[in-house]
Amino acid sequence: MSSLSASDSTPTPTPGGTEVPVAGPEDGANPTAPHVGEPAQPPATAAAPPPVVSVQNVSITYRTTFEAAPTLKNTIVRLGRGERKVKVVDAVKNMSFDIKPGTSVGIIGANGAGKSTLMRAIAGVLPPSQGRIEVRGRISALLALGVGFNPNLTGRENVILGGLAAGLTRAEVKERADEVADFAEIGDFMDMPMRTYSSGMYQRLAFSVSVHMDPDILLVDEALSAGDASFKVKATAKMAELMESARAMFLVSHSLGSIREMCNEVLWIHKGELIMQGSPRRAIRAYTNFLKVGENAYTFEDL
Amino acid sequence: MASVTENTSPVDELHIYEPHRAGLPKLGPYTRQLWARREFAAEFSRAGIRAANTQTLFGQLWLVLNPTLLALVYYVLVSVIRQSAGGFETLAHITCGLFLFYFVSGSITQGAQSVTGGGKLIMNMNFPRLLLPFAAVRTAFFRFLPTVPVYFLIHILAGGVWSPQMLLASVFLGLTVIFCIGMAAIFATVQVYFRDTSSFLPYLVRIWLYLSPVLWFADEAPEQFQDLMVLNPLYSLIGSWTDLLLRGIIPEPKMWLAASIWAVLAFVGGSLLFMSREREFTVRL
Repeated sequence: MSSLSASDSTPTPTPGGTEVPVAGPEDGANPTAPHVGEPAQPPATAAAPPPVVSVQNVSITYRTTFEAAPTLKNTIVRLGRGERKVKVVDAVKNMSFDIKPGTSVGIIGANGAGKSTLMRAIAGVLPPSQGRIEVRGRISALLALGVGFNPNLTGRENVILGGLAAGLTRAEVKERADEVADFAEIGDFMDMPMRTYSSGMYQRLAFSVSVHMDPDILLVDEALSAGDASFKVKATAKMAELMESARAMFLVSHSLGSIREMCNEVLWIHKGELIMQGSPRRAIRAYTNFLKVGENAYTFEDL
Repeated sequence: MASVTENTSPVDELHIYEPHRAGLPKLGPYTRQLWARREFAAEFSRAGIRAANTQTLFGQLWLVLNPTLLALVYYVLVSVIRQSAGGFETLAHITCGLFLFYFVSGSITQGAQSVTGGGKLIMNMNFPRLLLPFAAVRTAFFRFLPTVPVYFLIHILAGGVWSPQMLLASVFLGLTVIFCIGMAAIFATVQVYFRDTSSFLPYLVRIWLYLSPVLWFADEAPEQFQDLMVLNPLYSLIGSWTDLLLRGIIPEPKMWLAASIWAVLAFVGGSLLFMSREREFTVRL
């Protein structure tokens, strides 16, 4: 248990490493990735463009309940016993980082590290409890798979609703609906209720929706597990293509392979704290080291 | 990827997420967002109505059948209690109030489910959640509209009066809509914390119906309760609506005042309650 209690006890960076010990927003100053190759990103222009995403001293806490079904009856029973079942979760603790345009950011960390909460905060779904998040551009979030889908509506209706909720106009959404259907390869099912879909079709549609909403910033949470092998290839290609036009991409994944492949910067988060922001090679090495050095990987997953 | 929209330069779309002060999001931007996404609320309710009626035999016809059958049931009930069949006048009276009441109860029931039924949409997308109770009220309203011709048919059969005063009833309809939005927001919030709210609702609604001037006229309230009646928002809202539409009587000023106050109170209070809890919805679902 020793090494897991706090962030400062996490393994020290590899000797001679240039990892930035994550404190100020300036730590991205030396451009991280070797294979960046982003369009229009000269490393040191006179006026550096503002960061696409700027997370400043952000903490996120929320209160939630253990109950499977919060009911008035349970509340009354609990009040009678004088107990409370509300738990305060410190999901993200005083985190700061800046993401420059053209970066594709991988987020790694054990389960419960706060990765998804951080994504939700960047998407604006869960505003921070402290600090400030600045985001420049339109966000398309592919958070936990299956965007806001109502199974009784057809695929097309769901796509239109999702687009409208994301702030597109009706004309824009209608225009894209066919593109979305084509990419997801669901054919005639587009006009059938979604309860008739297979789970693969469901996931392909979800992925297709979020990449077709002209995102400036794409948030992807464990989405590459969607679909079969051939769709996975297609999805990866699409994301690479998006990176040409998008300003930034965030990819949360437990697959270190795809992180190494697709990202040029990695954030390693542990228990709500940012341990390291650096190049994929370094960060992943440090992370895997940490997994080996600390507990073995299995006990770690249960934290 | 067809086109990257050119008109959205990075600076245009600067989003800033900060802690809500005093638990409330900033009202200015929130309202603008709400207005910008009104299409979503409309489409959400439209799609919901479509989906709800595709699997039943009579489909959309139920929107009219349901309240009409209910009105007949109450007509029988009232006739039995008063020991005299009232004829079409009684039926006209009951339908007039009951259809509007049905709109209120529909808003509350739909509204209560609007957030908990929003599920994935709420977890994954960033939009003003208040759109969900709005959509619920819109749904209830569009279910109310087809019953209006039914009422007028009965009004004709009953040989009811036609007067310009009847147009004033639309004022009370408007106030009722505002009131309903507030109620939908309140019950949507309560439902998130207490999932058994929707089980209590039918009883609450039933009692409220008997306390409201639906089966009786507003001026028929028992003497000793007359002063307390204004405490029931539906007393002024439905009472005035019925007086104007059915009898062409312009209600007293205190009815206008009470109806307006209740509508604004419910709307402001409900919206603020909803918005103050909105952030927690994401983690409570």
